[in-house]
Amino acid sequence: MLNPAILALLMVSVLVSTMLLVAAAFAFRILRHWDIQSGSELQLRLERRTYLVSTLLIWAFTFEFLSLLLFIYNAEALSGQFVGAMCATGVLNLNPWGWPTLFLKITLFFVAAIWLLLNYLDNRGYDYPLIRFKYALLLLALPLVVAETIVQWLHFTEMEPNLITSCCGTLFSADAQGVSAEVSGIAPANSILALAISGIVVIAAGVWVAMRGTSGWLLSITGAAAFVIALMAIISSISLYIYEHPHHHCPFCILKQGHGYVGYFLYIPLFLATALSLSAGFVSPWRKIVSLSQTVADVLPVISWLALFFFLQFYLTSAWSIWSSRLTMMEVWW
Amino acid sequence: MIALLRKQRYFIDYTLGTMMRHKGKSLGLLSVYTLIIFMLASVMLFSHAMRSEAVALLANSPEIVVQRIQAGRSVMVPADYLQRIGKLRGVTEKRGRLWGYYYDPAVKANYTVMASEQDQLSITDIVIGEGIARTRGLSIGDYLTLRSHQGKAFSFRVLRLLESDSELISSDLLLMNPQGYRQLFGLDESLYTDLVLSVRNPREIQKIAEKLTRLLPDSRPILRSEILRTYESLFSWRQGVMLILLLGSVLAFVIFAWDKASGLSAEERKEIGILKAVGWETGEVMRMKFWEGVIISLMAFLIGYLAAYLHVFYTSAGLFEPVLKGWSVLYPRFQLTPSVDGLQLATLFFFTVLPYTLATIVPVWRTSITDPDLVMR
Repeated sequence: MLNPAILALLMVSVLVSTMLLVAAAFAFRILRHWDIQSGSELQLRLERRTYLVSTLLIWAFTFEFLSLLLFIYNAEALSGQFVGAMCATGVLNLNPWGWPTLFLKITLFFVAAIWLLLNYLDNRGYDYPLIRFKYALLLLALPLVVAETIVQWLHFTEMEPNLITSCCGTLFSADAQGVSAEVSGIAPANSILALAISGIVVIAAGVWVAMRGTSGWLLSITGAAAFVIALMAIISSISLYIYEHPHHHCPFCILKQGHGYVGYFLYIPLFLATALSLSAGFVSPWRKIVSLSQTVADVLPVISWLALFFFLQFYLTSAWSIWSSRLTMMEVWW
Repeated sequence: MIALLRKQRYFIDYTLGTMMRHKGKSLGLLSVYTLIIFMLASVMLFSHAMRSEAVALLANSPEIVVQRIQAGRSVMVPADYLQRIGKLRGVTEKRGRLWGYYYDPAVKANYTVMASEQDQLSITDIVIGEGIARTRGLSIGDYLTLRSHQGKAFSFRVLRLLESDSELISSDLLLMNPQGYRQLFGLDESLYTDLVLSVRNPREIQKIAEKLTRLLPDSRPILRSEILRTYESLFSWRQGVMLILLLGSVLAFVIFAWDKASGLSAEERKEIGILKAVGWETGEVMRMKFWEGVIISLMAFLIGYLAAYLHVFYTSAGLFEPVLKGWSVLYPRFQLTPSVDGLQLATLFFFTVLPYTLATIVPVWRTSITDPDLVMR
């Protein structure tokens, strides 16, 4: 497939994995030889090189973010070229590699956000207190990046234009089998109720963390739960209101122009909010380190408020799409 | 937060100042960068516009075309096939079409001849496209003489010209009365070129095509969605080929950028040395260089993309036309409808800004770790 967007995605993933491989080689040296007390030549060289490697990684992860967006947008755009595909679902269903690519990209998005924040913290401490932890985490992220490159490569090279794929109508339907069908089958009243409760809980937790400046893990856990519940609510009820159709559950068609691209206004704040609240849990434990306690006290409230801001944006957008919808299910669901 | 933003503003201020001081170097890099973006963006804008043109044209065409295949070649369809299809649920309209090609030796070109029933043409009237009118020098009321299948000359009067806004398809089109068509090509009443079916519900098309192949085993139904899909992949393939060819120049640009970033003049080295001597950290020097990259990339992207937009939509992509469009004697003249696509912008960004950024990371780092006493000595 010589589609330009596919070429771009493949190029990005290959470049990012190369960058991470270079960084991983460096990470090994850091883990073995790093000693801030030492004034040896090796230590000096390592210290200088951290600038290069962390810049490299900042870019790598930034491009990884953008490639997640491009991947979804591209899957959406490709759907016109395959029999039976009506939105991104059809394209992801083309071969067994489509969904794993998406999930790996999403996981990497969260890992990258956490890593970038840790990197920021580490650079603020004068003695690089988190350097070993940071690079150890990087070594854990490496297999993910390499796997994503391989899986994405397979996904794009094994696309067969003549294969009839199944569209979102069959995958996200309450009568079908599998996780997507189970989620579609949740009663809208229940999912909206769960969404409201999770919203209140996550906002309460966020305010608490932001005011107290401690226990970021609270925000992480509630944020992760809110993320899952929000995705379920999108599939089981919010999308129905957006399509104004009581049986169309697809989480991708809301990204289409026909629905005012409202999907991007839902997903982008939701993902940002989740990434921020996950990283809150990784930030707050470092309070006890002397060189970081001030930074943590400064940064944690900012992260929490930002997470709350994006969560609120997501909740308001969903409430607005339900409110402004012409679908009335008053007697049926409520 | 505000302090952070203010700090970045000072960085940008300083960076702009430095860039203005080294005008020659910045302008050289900027012009090469802009040229690269201009070329890539032209290819992308052009093929995207062509693709949307094709989609717009096919929007009103019938959903299913039925051709008859005999010994692997498409042949005329007997009129009684329409009866054999009978009443298919979901088909709102079905009719036979008459069309074909006429080779005109005078201009060495093929006309697309089509019998039209809506225009109520009399047997000697024709309607022609702009392309034919241009090459044959015809205007309304003139006569066009065509040789029939028996070698007899038939004269047709030009009733009117087809509007030029549909020139992409109508350039070489010649519409005539069905009776006139049959006489010109020696085709009797019982035959059509192909059959067309209109289907209201897009979900039923596949099933109707299936039924058709069962009813008429020697026929081949062609779906509009298939044609659209073919166009889509054809144009994105062409675009991809052009991009691969241009990738060489992107690579050359990357090497150029790397070279520019690492080959610092003595003066620039001294500048960085002074910065570090007055207390800038390595990270801050790198941030300054980062802003330099951002400014150059943004400017090159904006200028290059704008130039490509003008090139494609105001000069009809004069530079790449022959490769991407194809050619013919009766080639239509047309203006493409301007359209900008988000996916395309993102792709272009990945093809240009990403390589540039990567190429400059290492040289930038190398300059920013230099010790002040080394360079100021």
